[in-house]
Amino acid sequence: MIQIEGLSKTFRTSDGTVEALKNVSLTVNDGDIYGIIGMSGAGKSTLVRCINLLERPTEGTVRIDGQDLCALSEPELRTVRREISMIFQSFNLLAQRTCLKNICFPLELIGVKKAAAEARARELLELVGLPDKADAYPSQLSGGQKQRIAIARALATDPKVLLCDEATSALDPKTTHDILSLLRELHAKLGITILLITHQMSVVEEICTRVAILDNGSVVEEGPVESVFSAPKSAAAKRLVFPDGYEELPESETPGHRIRVVFRGTSSATAPLIARMAIEEHILANILAASIKSISGKEYGSMVLEVADADECARALAYLAKEPDLVAEEVNLHA
Amino acid sequence: MPNLVMEPISETWRIVSGEFPLAIWETLYATVLATALAIVLGLPLGVLLVAGEEDGVLPLPKWLLQALGFLINILRSVPFIILMVLVIPLTRLLVGKAYGTMASVVPLVIAAFPFIARLVESSLREVDPNLIEMARSMGATPFQIITKVMLRESVPSLISNFTIAITTILGYTAMSGAVGGGGLGKLAITYGYNRYMNGVMAVAVILLVVLVQVFQMLGTKAAVKNDKRQR
Repeated sequence: MIQIEGLSKTFRTSDGTVEALKNVSLTVNDGDIYGIIGMSGAGKSTLVRCINLLERPTEGTVRIDGQDLCALSEPELRTVRREISMIFQSFNLLAQRTCLKNICFPLELIGVKKAAAEARARELLELVGLPDKADAYPSQLSGGQKQRIAIARALATDPKVLLCDEATSALDPKTTHDILSLLRELHAKLGITILLITHQMSVVEEICTRVAILDNGSVVEEGPVESVFSAPKSAAAKRLVFPDGYEELPESETPGHRIRVVFRGTSSATAPLIARMAIEEHILANILAASIKSISGKEYGSMVLEVADADECARALAYLAKEPDLVAEEVNLHA
Repeated sequence: MPNLVMEPISETWRIVSGEFPLAIWETLYATVLATALAIVLGLPLGVLLVAGEEDGVLPLPKWLLQALGFLINILRSVPFIILMVLVIPLTRLLVGKAYGTMASVVPLVIAAFPFIARLVESSLREVDPNLIEMARSMGATPFQIITKVMLRESVPSLISNFTIAITTILGYTAMSGAVGGGGLGKLAITYGYNRYMNGVMAVAVILLVVLVQVFQMLGTKAAVKNDKRQR
């Protein structure tokens, strides 16, 4: 369990001080896939670096399984960091080492014998689906393959927590999806706690169980993904829920009921969903906003619909509830 | 007015065949030994210059870092020919005499190690700071970060820079012939400059050019072979 309490981080720069984080508190339970989402500059990267103390917080505490990391000495901290692995947007593979040797790197640091380390590395290559890349150098791999190697390396020391710092931001949608699937699979197989920070709504929707929205250095909303996104309260959350920005939503004279539909790998056969709903249920939904990607024949993303009244809304929700791999919920902007 | 007349070919050949094998050996010996010793001193110093910075992996007191930088700049700004004369007392102390090939190694090392420290510094600065952060996130010690990430990742760049160093030191070795050092430089000066034997001087210069070419070729080859970044 990761408990962050009252965390603040202030940077001193040549032109004054910058408050990157302001009194952030959140708890990540064991086995969570926890998302921290925010625009660039919101403080996400600083927050994730405060969790393994790559950045020392100015104020507040970080506890992992009850142990206060800020109270540890550098050598003690190094031991704890083996339990908290990290993957990065830019993969950060060592260019002069083969993939196998990259995975051996964290094991080498703790003095594991070469043969044992290599055996473990081969297991991990198998686990991430790249057993044939042992002797390849990073420059010979695609972005997705590099991230797989980085994940294998992060898992080498059997960590309890995996921190993902914009781990899919440099990847195309298909590869992003593949990496997220791998993370989910590893989560199920190893029971590892995953904390990922991202600016991509689709990443949170696809994989996370809980989410915190970080805006301008503060956590503005926190909770299970469905409840945060079905009733976004803060401006930051509303901006995330409506892909083109909620300010852009057309003003209707008689504000109707809004329904947010999240596609989680919905089969493309479901596609004429709105048309089907109109024909079968006679519900005429207005599409206010949509951001949907098609990845290997499956739909990911979200859409905001508007229907006339409470009755239509209830019927539409009931209709949509029958669709597989799709979540629909009424959005209340004025709660 | 320089004398453009050449000595008889037979005379050139007599000196070249009689004295050059030893001179080539002395030049190589002084160059390689001086470079090796300068790397022994310059490499750790270069590492300290980068790792010792405020946000480096092994921060040093600011005054110490500044003192090191100052010392390097001073040694780098003294012309080599002056430096050779200045260090004669030290040379006597270390080698026992102030002339000969072995004696020339002392000023060569003193001139070359600050240069090498700067080259190492520039190589290490090319290492992606994200890699250092990655190593820290995995609990690497400062020493492990220096050896396994900073130095290891910059091997191709270090080889290129050491090649620059060895060719520069070769030039210094030749120059040391003017004040008592042995080797090709000494022959070029004593026969070519002092006795107007232009043929001998030309052969000495051509051999120096060939040595530079060979070092550079080997160095470039080794740097490329050791770089796994692009294929």
